[in-house]
Amino acid sequence: MAPPAHRRTGTNKKAQLGLFAGYVVAGLGALFGAALLVISFLRPETFDGLRSMAADAASPAGEVGAAGRTGSQGFFEAIAGYYRAGSRNAELEREMEIARVRLAEAEALRQENARLKAVLDLADDDTKPVAIARLIGSTSSSVRRIGYISAGRNDGVQPGMPVTSPTGLVGRVLEAGARSSRVLLLTDTESMVPVRRATDNTVAFAEGRSDGSLRLRLVNLGVNPIKQGDVFVTSGAGGLFRPNIAVAVAQQITRDGAIAQLLSNPAATDVVMVEPIWQREAVQALEAPAPEPEAPAG
Amino acid sequence: METLHPKARRDPFGSKINRSHMPLLAYGLPWLTILLGSLTPWLPIISPAPVLPPFGFMLMLAWRLLRPGLLPLWAGLPLGLFDDFYSGQPFGSGVLLFSLTLIAIELIEIRFPWRNFWLDWITAAAILIVYLVIAALLSGAELSLVQLRVILPQLLLSVVLFPVVARLVAHLDRVRLMRVRRLG
Repeated sequence: MAPPAHRRTGTNKKAQLGLFAGYVVAGLGALFGAALLVISFLRPETFDGLRSMAADAASPAGEVGAAGRTGSQGFFEAIAGYYRAGSRNAELEREMEIARVRLAEAEALRQENARLKAVLDLADDDTKPVAIARLIGSTSSSVRRIGYISAGRNDGVQPGMPVTSPTGLVGRVLEAGARSSRVLLLTDTESMVPVRRATDNTVAFAEGRSDGSLRLRLVNLGVNPIKQGDVFVTSGAGGLFRPNIAVAVAQQITRDGAIAQLLSNPAATDVVMVEPIWQREAVQALEAPAPEPEAPAG
Repeated sequence: METLHPKARRDPFGSKINRSHMPLLAYGLPWLTILLGSLTPWLPIISPAPVLPPFGFMLMLAWRLLRPGLLPLWAGLPLGLFDDFYSGQPFGSGVLLFSLTLIAIELIEIRFPWRNFWLDWITAAAILIVYLVIAALLSGAELSLVQLRVILPQLLLSVVLFPVVARLVAHLDRVRLMRVRRLG
């Protein structure tokens, strides 16, 4: 399509000026953007409030959609999830029957466990979740992996709190709005979680690679003891995450660790729990030098 | 007197008598659709990797290429700002990239005033590739070859989906120009 005629200004002084002003304003817009960008690199927390407010405004829409998403994985499977809802439902009900039985067994075991623990005089370290929320969205077109959950300051959510699902760790709260919060997912490259092998004390860091997998880096270098299929859980070091939350399974062994598959794929997660920060002192120590939402190193 | 055909005073945009375009619809619809496109993060698709194309940006490209002059040159500022609220990118990257894109298209248009489908697609593809790569670089994520490979499926999907988005925008353009306002 040809450009509209009014842009061909000819000798019309006023039109020429108008066109020029358009370029100036657009250029100023770009400069304004660059300035904002510099500010957000130097002081990343500057725009948190604005963004939280915007997220609060849009979160009801996200919640409506999230209600129908259970049992879906990823983009195409999310679509398939809607499509196969009926047969999926029947299948789930069968599984539910079995699960009820298992649940009863587990309950019995839990009681026995509690009794034995009481005998041994051990403290029960079951943490109560701060809030139970829905995972309502994620930045699906940016390289950053940030999710949105439907609970905020009104529900007691604070930045830094770990977010878990029944299958494992999901991430941690980055910013808390009034009714919604932004969650740094484990697969974000800024996310770093201290983990250990479930069977022994091989400690490592799990870093996101923003492609759905994590990179495990061993703290003690030397002979790499990780084997394929090893399960890694949080080690509790650093103090944000309580120990023994499942994180990932090693898939591919590398020189200094492994590439691991996330256990709690956020795509298949509907309801998440926001847990309290495990050790408050660690957080205070973390906040004292700079209020940076980074994972504790060590 | 012979009767007129009932469709004689109508065209695809509605009756030509007693009806006119609605300014709010005609000028507001592009903005509204682009803003809705920027809300993609609220779709119930939680992806572990970036897979969805940047719909807000693509809609802006499509409107701009279809109707030169409909979006003012400074439209990148408000549209990018809104996109920044939800995209997860560092604040300001949307403002910068949306503004630069509109200026770039303006310059391309001066060079190629008459365009066809293929030229539009090539323009959009080139701009989308540059946009996604720069957005990844600006995202503040640690980038290695792995992360750059991560955006490849997204790049491909965006480029392939652009004609679909452009066709959608062409349909919306018809809606935009419907004569819905009653005169007199």
